[in-house]
Amino acid sequence: MSDTELAFVRSEEIPPAPPPASEAGAVKWMRENLFAGWFNTLLTILAIYIIGRFVVFAFPWFWNGVWDAGSIKECRDILSAAGKTTGACFAVLVDRWDHLLFGFKYPAEGYWRPTLAFIMLIFAAAPALFAQYVPRKFLIFTGLYPFIAFWLVWGGSLWVPLCILAAILATAYIFRVVENLDVGARGVLAGIVGAAAGLGLAFLLFQGATELWFISNSVGAGGALGTLASLLFKAASIFMFVFFIPMGIFVGYAIYNDAEDGGLVTVVTALFAIYVMLAYLLSPVSGALNAIIPIELQAVPSRDMGGYMLCLILGTVCVSLSIPLGIVLALGRQSNMPLIKGVCVVFIEFVRGVPLITLLFVANVMLAYFMPPQSNFDLILRVIIMITMFSAAYIAEVIRGGLAALPKGQYEAADSLGLNYTQSIRLIILPQALKISIPGIVNVAVGLFKDTTLVSVISMFDIVGMIRGPIQQSTDWISIYWEVYLFAAMVFFVVCYSISQYSQWLERQLATDHK
Amino acid sequence: MTTLADAPVSNTPKESFRLAMLLNDTRYRSLTFQFIALVAIIAFMAFVGGNLVRNLAEAGLNISYAFLGEPAGYDINQRPIEYDSQSSHGRAAVVGLLNTLIVAFLACMTATVIGVVAGVLRLSNNWLVSKVMSFYVEIFRNVPVLIWILIIFSIMINALPGPRDFRGDNPTASMSFFDTVAFTNRGVFGPAPQFTNSFGATADVPATSTGLDWLIVIAALMLSFFVARAIRAWATKTQEATGVRPATWHMLLATWVIPVGIVLTFLGLTWEIPALRGFNFQGGMQIRGSLIALWFALAIYTGAFIAENVRAGIMAVSKGQTEAAGALGLRPNLIMSLVVLPQALRVIIPPLISQYLNITKNSSLAIAVGYMDVTGTLGGITLLQTGRAIETILLLMLFYLTISLLISAVMNVFNNSMKLKER
Amino acid sequence: MKKSVFLGALTVAGIAAGAAAAGTLDDVKARGKLNCGVTTGVPGFAEPDANGVWQGFDVAVCRAVAAAVLSDPEAVEFVPTTGKTRFTALASGEIDMLARNTTWTFSRDVDLKFEFTGVNYYDGQGFMVPKELGVTSAKELDGATVCIQTGTTTELNLADFFRANNISYEPVPIETGAEAVQQYNAGACDVYTTDASALAAQRANFEDPSAHVILPEIVSKEPLGPLVRHGDNEWADIVRWTLNALVTAEELGVTSVNLAELGGGSDNPEVNRLLGTEGDLGAMLGLDKEWAKRAIGVAGNYGEVFEKNIGESTPIGLARGLNAQWTDGGLIYSPPFR
Repeated sequence: MSDTELAFVRSEEIPPAPPPASEAGAVKWMRENLFAGWFNTLLTILAIYIIGRFVVFAFPWFWNGVWDAGSIKECRDILSAAGKTTGACFAVLVDRWDHLLFGFKYPAEGYWRPTLAFIMLIFAAAPALFAQYVPRKFLIFTGLYPFIAFWLVWGGSLWVPLCILAAILATAYIFRVVENLDVGARGVLAGIVGAAAGLGLAFLLFQGATELWFISNSVGAGGALGTLASLLFKAASIFMFVFFIPMGIFVGYAIYNDAEDGGLVTVVTALFAIYVMLAYLLSPVSGALNAIIPIELQAVPSRDMGGYMLCLILGTVCVSLSIPLGIVLALGRQSNMPLIKGVCVVFIEFVRGVPLITLLFVANVMLAYFMPPQSNFDLILRVIIMITMFSAAYIAEVIRGGLAALPKGQYEAADSLGLNYTQSIRLIILPQALKISIPGIVNVAVGLFKDTTLVSVISMFDIVGMIRGPIQQSTDWISIYWEVYLFAAMVFFVVCYSISQYSQWLERQLATDHK
Repeated sequence: MTTLADAPVSNTPKESFRLAMLLNDTRYRSLTFQFIALVAIIAFMAFVGGNLVRNLAEAGLNISYAFLGEPAGYDINQRPIEYDSQSSHGRAAVVGLLNTLIVAFLACMTATVIGVVAGVLRLSNNWLVSKVMSFYVEIFRNVPVLIWILIIFSIMINALPGPRDFRGDNPTASMSFFDTVAFTNRGVFGPAPQFTNSFGATADVPATSTGLDWLIVIAALMLSFFVARAIRAWATKTQEATGVRPATWHMLLATWVIPVGIVLTFLGLTWEIPALRGFNFQGGMQIRGSLIALWFALAIYTGAFIAENVRAGIMAVSKGQTEAAGALGLRPNLIMSLVVLPQALRVIIPPLISQYLNITKNSSLAIAVGYMDVTGTLGGITLLQTGRAIETILLLMLFYLTISLLISAVMNVFNNSMKLKER
Repeated sequence: MKKSVFLGALTVAGIAAGAAAAGTLDDVKARGKLNCGVTTGVPGFAEPDANGVWQGFDVAVCRAVAAAVLSDPEAVEFVPTTGKTRFTALASGEIDMLARNTTWTFSRDVDLKFEFTGVNYYDGQGFMVPKELGVTSAKELDGATVCIQTGTTTELNLADFFRANNISYEPVPIETGAEAVQQYNAGACDVYTTDASALAAQRANFEDPSAHVILPEIVSKEPLGPLVRHGDNEWADIVRWTLNALVTAEELGVTSVNLAELGGGSDNPEVNRLLGTEGDLGAMLGLDKEWAKRAIGVAGNYGEVFEKNIGESTPIGLARGLNAQWTDGGLIYSPPFR
């Protein structure tokens, strides 16, 4: 029957019911992300337990921390007077803040200088790190930065870095001028420069030969091995005696011969120019300028650097120096000349095979014996040399990976365009290889920066050295550990974590494949 | 000096040799460069060597390795080989070298385990666990290892009880595992096996365990291994023939337990349990605090790096593999262990090698916790006592170089055997 | 590659290359600063204070030499050295003198080619144990775990002592004093051994110093003194006689208080010779007449330096003991100034 009266007919749809409580919101999220299966539940409970234990243990210690005390005894008294069984003595950080950051010898009124240099470092690095966002012209600032930072941190007369900069610019100008000379004039110049270089080289080689003869005479005393070494040195010496004149003539001739093309003569002239300017003109000129218009900051010897600042200085200086060196080593390792390749391989594998700490021992106790008597090398400079060598070997391996990743076609294309080796490397190969290598280089840089703490082992007062030396052994703060170590860990974490986040961001930027 | 520019190729190919060809002809140019490099290297050696000779002469010193034969005069606490203060400096260096190898080996093993677990758990879909693991990895990767060594050493020294806490009527600490193991801040003291019927024992030397005894035990284990392999081969053969794999677990159990059991009973195995006597726990086996601290610091630190390598390796395995394994009905843990990890291993192993090298090199920081590795003996006390800086540091570098080259050689062989064999 | 090129490179890098000169004295005068090697921090002997100024007993010797040579006690560059680096630093010319708790031994003097210029502190290796262990003699330490600060002669003395007494021990080598104290206080070692002066200094900083005893045995002779390179006798004489001047000043009663008064001349001819009002001892050293007066003027005589840095009124609280003047029964004795 069609007209049957139904008791109830719904005239509209019922609104959708909310999902059951277990399938929505936080509960669902928890069920899926924390308690999926018994194993996950177990892991979650374990994790919560560990976190809980840690918080219960560490939080009161942190919360009860004393920030204002003059010594550890005072700090303990404050804690026990407040009836607290656990508590940190953060007062040490307040008391020794300057020492932790700048070392104990950097003049206190000059703390703004390294701080400013550090802030400027961020701006100087930006054009290189965020190349696609920062206009290229800011790279000028990056180029100027080393001179500014050097002046800020080490102080002294502003004219010294300015004169070095001027010398570099002048050299570049000379390079340009020589490059554009007409062939006749360049031939004359090449003759002069070639003769000078040949004579100089022959003289140096002659000195080397006599030196080798001298060595061979003094190592002969130690038994069979000594005799062998003596003979080897004698052979090397005779080799040099035979070749010092031909080498001089040959190199002189090579420069002259090249005048038409101009590659060598420009480079050698530029080298001559910069050597003369830096070795003979720098100090009188900058001194004279400074006498006329004195612009000076208080000079700080590098021995007085310390604290976290020292780590940052070593990290930035060594990384920036080791990138060019690493490129040279990587190219050398790829070379098809067996001797050059061999030297690079031995160097890289040797440095990568020994711990940094032994290289620092070398810097500290051995290097002095290899330097001319009475030449007094700063410890920090010796350390910079060794750390630079160390990181250059690692960076060379990263760049080698980048070079190997380039398709062979790129090399062949460069050759087929008629580019010579320098041009093809500079214009075709390196720009691509370096781009691939950047994340690897950044990782090496982070590792290196962390390794700068090892200088504390050779009695330098970086942040760890400051803690283990003057702070922990002082009468006021004897046997204080957690606060200072955690502080050191924190400052490193901040910098290293930011850099590694940058590296990951960069990797995402460079990743052109879509997996 | 960078390089010579290319000159135009000569038009007359038949010309005789001219000096300019050394520069302009690609056939000779590389030889020229190498010759110049050789001269430069020799000149550098002359400079360095000459200075060395002059400086040594000025200081009245000489280079001599004779000190290696002289009595060292100092004691070392952890001695893998026989050593006392009258032994030579050379022997002290060997003790240190062995200690380096011990801590490096232990740390490599532990770091691998930690790294694999953390790397896998970081990819877990348990939110909390993966966050905890990310925290661990980031915290350890971004703080210098020296700071971690110092922190972990401090934790060990201050968190564990000293032996004096075990003493008295109401000791604040007690031994674990049924009173057999004591965790103290001087190290872990545990039971050590001893043989009452030792083979090496003579009337003069009441040895409690000698190398000979252990050789016999190892021989028994080897026997078990080969028998067990035979049993498994037989089981496989039966399975292939009949389709049913016979139950072998009871046979395998017997193979492993019975021979060793007989040998140990025959040798009279007893366990020497450490006990508090005098100042310290005596007897049993001691793993020193400095070793534990260095071992764990290196393992946890490097574990964070390995975790990243493992994660990268797992991510490199295409998702299709996981899905295919799931479609076959494998459970998640089996997918991981049977399908994903074996493939990820090929990506993981090369960076793993360099992590092992890093552990070995970082173990030279042992001096920070007073562990007597080769840097502590040869590069530490020996250097101090003899003042022979050049000799000891050269030897030290030679040691590390050899170890590094050996490790990379061994691991490269392993890596080649793991590589995808393409036909 | 030879010196000219090399020095050029050095100038480029902005480092002062020390010019080759005849003697250390000329070097120091030319430089205007004395490079003095010290420890990286031993309370009372050498440690930088909260303002970064080096203070301590060894530091006072450096300052006295600087005052004698350069007329300025502040013209000192303190170079922190570790046990490992100190000798190389001195041998390579990085420092002009080393005033760093260094024990005068035969091999250091003869084999390592250094010249010890005297003894400023007579020390000996001692042992410290917690009182609760009830140990009264070092010979009762059989089986003990001993914390040693490495980098000194301590390890050798310890090995010799235990070997001679035929008792066993477990050495725990530790790099810095602070870490040794940490281990000792946590009970990771039963005994802490180092020079008795350092033991006293470190005990003074404990939470409860009275809970620890220093055992009566002193197992070694540790004459600590400043040293210089072998072969530069003029410089060695200056360091030696500066130290002697401090000692003699105490013996003759010259103090920082009466120095100015006595400097005008006194009845005692030796005081006059010392302070340069009579004779010209300074010229023989290559210095001026008032060198010793300036050296004493820095912080007073030997006794005053001792009292100020490590004496009984300081937290270190060392008694003079062996380091009293010979007239008081100690070993501090200076050859006469004539």
